[in-house]
Amino acid sequence: MTFLSTVKAAALSAAMIVSVALPAAHADEQYFPLQSYRVGPYAAGGTGFFGGFIDYLNLINIRDGGVNGVKLTWDECETQYEVERGVECYERQKSHAGAAAWNPLSVGIAYAMIDRITADKVPLITVNHGRTDSTDGRVFPYVFPLLLNPYSETSGIVNYIASKEGGIDKLKGKKIVVLYHGSPYGKETIPIYELLAQKYGFTVQQIEVPHPGNEQQSQWLTIRRAKPDFVVLRGWGVMNPVALKTAVKVGYPVDHIVGNVWSNSEEDVIPAGDAAKGYTAITTQASGNSYPVVQEIVKTVYGAGKGNLEDKSRIGSVYHNLGIVNGILNVEAIRVAQEKFGHRTLTGDEVRWGFEHLKLDPAKVEALGAKDLFHSINVSWDNHEGEGYVTFQQWDGKKWNVVSDWIAPDWALLRPIIEKSAEAYAAEKGIKLRTADDANAVTTN
Amino acid sequence: MTAISSDFPSAPALPKWIAPVLLLAFAYGVVPLIGSSYLFEAILLPFLALSLAGVGLNILTGYAGQVSLGSAAFMAAGAFAAYNFNLRVEGLPLIGSIVLAGLAAAAIGIVFGLPSLRLRGFYLAVSTLAAQFFVQWALTKFSWFSNDSASGVIDAPRLSIAGFALDGAIGRYLFALTIVAILTFLAHRLVSSQTGRNFIAIRDNETAARIIGIPVLKTKLLAFAISSFIIGVAGVIWAFAYLRTVEPAGFDLDRSFQILFIIIIGGLASMRGAFFGAALIVVFPLALSRLGGFLLGDLFDSGVLDMSQRIVLGALIILFLILEPDGLVALWDRVRRRLLFAWQST
Repeated sequence: MTFLSTVKAAALSAAMIVSVALPAAHADEQYFPLQSYRVGPYAAGGTGFFGGFIDYLNLINIRDGGVNGVKLTWDECETQYEVERGVECYERQKSHAGAAAWNPLSVGIAYAMIDRITADKVPLITVNHGRTDSTDGRVFPYVFPLLLNPYSETSGIVNYIASKEGGIDKLKGKKIVVLYHGSPYGKETIPIYELLAQKYGFTVQQIEVPHPGNEQQSQWLTIRRAKPDFVVLRGWGVMNPVALKTAVKVGYPVDHIVGNVWSNSEEDVIPAGDAAKGYTAITTQASGNSYPVVQEIVKTVYGAGKGNLEDKSRIGSVYHNLGIVNGILNVEAIRVAQEKFGHRTLTGDEVRWGFEHLKLDPAKVEALGAKDLFHSINVSWDNHEGEGYVTFQQWDGKKWNVVSDWIAPDWALLRPIIEKSAEAYAAEKGIKLRTADDANAVTTN
Repeated sequence: MTAISSDFPSAPALPKWIAPVLLLAFAYGVVPLIGSSYLFEAILLPFLALSLAGVGLNILTGYAGQVSLGSAAFMAAGAFAAYNFNLRVEGLPLIGSIVLAGLAAAAIGIVFGLPSLRLRGFYLAVSTLAAQFFVQWALTKFSWFSNDSASGVIDAPRLSIAGFALDGAIGRYLFALTIVAILTFLAHRLVSSQTGRNFIAIRDNETAARIIGIPVLKTKLLAFAISSFIIGVAGVIWAFAYLRTVEPAGFDLDRSFQILFIIIIGGLASMRGAFFGAALIVVFPLALSRLGGFLLGDLFDSGVLDMSQRIVLGALIILFLILEPDGLVALWDRVRRRLLFAWQST
């Protein structure tokens, strides 16, 4: 009876799934639901970032026994960077008690989660990416585009190009092409480039590369005809090495290509080989493994055989270090909240309060062993980005070399645009603007 | 492929409507009481949306014999049309937006159905790819469709019917269930009507159908229109009730293939086939992934588990199709007949 046995097997497995009850809440554990992606076109970013994040959480558990004795736990759910898988993972993982914060590392998934996490009152962290207007904490109480939102990134890149040209007034009459990934993430900066072009008098041409971006011949032929002074590469995953290789093919000089914060990793340049030599990209966290915190991870976590990266040569790579920085920010937010609410498992809303008071000045960053790894952060209840600084690195064929100081994006210029966009969203959704008092009212159970 | 496989000879004495009615009673009466938010949000809502899309495609492919690879495009058309009607027409009730969205998808379906008048089989399938690429391109290119949102992502409006808010998981489930039940019932009536028999005649032998006086051109376009209407409404459920946010890239070619596989695995020319297929495509990978994560989650990372699940799923689909090329529906009927036989002979 093959059919019967098939049916029986199906029924059995269904029963087992039902009985897979999630473990009950333990005292003094803080849980991180990780919607990671280790397969699919963006696996390089996913394994590096989540590897660094997990390595840092492990470091805290092994070295310090958790945050003030509260052990950090996590589990992973594979999203492949796809929205509906991310939503499924959200529904699967949210029933776990003691969730601290969500870190999906995908704009599409983050967008789909905004309503859900706001209802559930758990923070959503979109480090270095995300929805720009979620910077406005009055409208998005639980969303944190930490360190660098897409508009700040754009401002940083334009300021860098201006410094290469000899000043912001020299931008007049220049031509910049933005080659962007055909996804919500890629399109996020279209209006801000247009606006900065108007303001500074350069012309901008924005060209889309359809996801995943492994064929760009026609886009680069367009670029060759346009003869821009600079090309900004706003890529992701496989799109980046293909862009660099195609640029060489059509004869565009690589040192006039500036990569954005998701086009700045070793995984983007190594596959491009010599074509990438001289390519510059923005970053919020320098690469390399000389920083004390990375050294400690090597010694304590990898030494104990608990390292997350299979390929140890990726320790200290851009994505790995971003994961570590993201770990620092999450853990420090918990620490801030614990000082206020007690050394115990916190609610999502308490962790939100922690993020809204997350202030790490350069001295504190140094104490955490991350001096020069990233600059500083200063989050408040209405500024959920936290004024991260950026720097630029150039690829020499073997490693990234920092070629600029820490640069501040033009926050004063961007803030009114962000507020306008956030207020429009609030009006459309019928959201009442939050005040500082609202931000201090915290749900504690 | 049997002509109308929902009638099978050895059916028990109970009237045919009993099973669906009991199922609906269970879905309305019991599931909302016992289900968890995970069940609604992650399993039932995508299952309902994709089942409805399967029902729509089954009318076109299963009954009328026209292969289409543009289903996701019609879903996208429905989702974005409903969003824009809702946004731009003051005072239009939600149901109105949904019906208009279905009609918009149907209109696009008719346009891209025109090649079917000259093309058949694989050639038609390739020409429906044009719909897939064109709709996705248009939705990305013209930001008007997404109300000039910077990233091209739209937020679903609040769901409410006659003053009742349906924003919770159960509300959205009931909303989706009602639409799916009504449209499936109508589709069922349609395929057993004269029009449905015309579809089947064209599928089985177009020349013969023409000779006995069936208006082939009109009937084919009608099949495209009705199928696209249903798929468009499925797109609305996907966007408004399930994800509650939508970007054009979410309706890519993969989704079209997914819907085609649903009806092939579930059973062509059968209403139930779409539901069986959607259950396998939506629910089974989740079950497998949770089981895998539970049993082996500590040993392997999620990437390895995901890859092995794909292998298992692929092998199972091959196995199912070898066991029963007519799809899960035929398999189910065979199992049921054997069980009944075993029961009667004791």
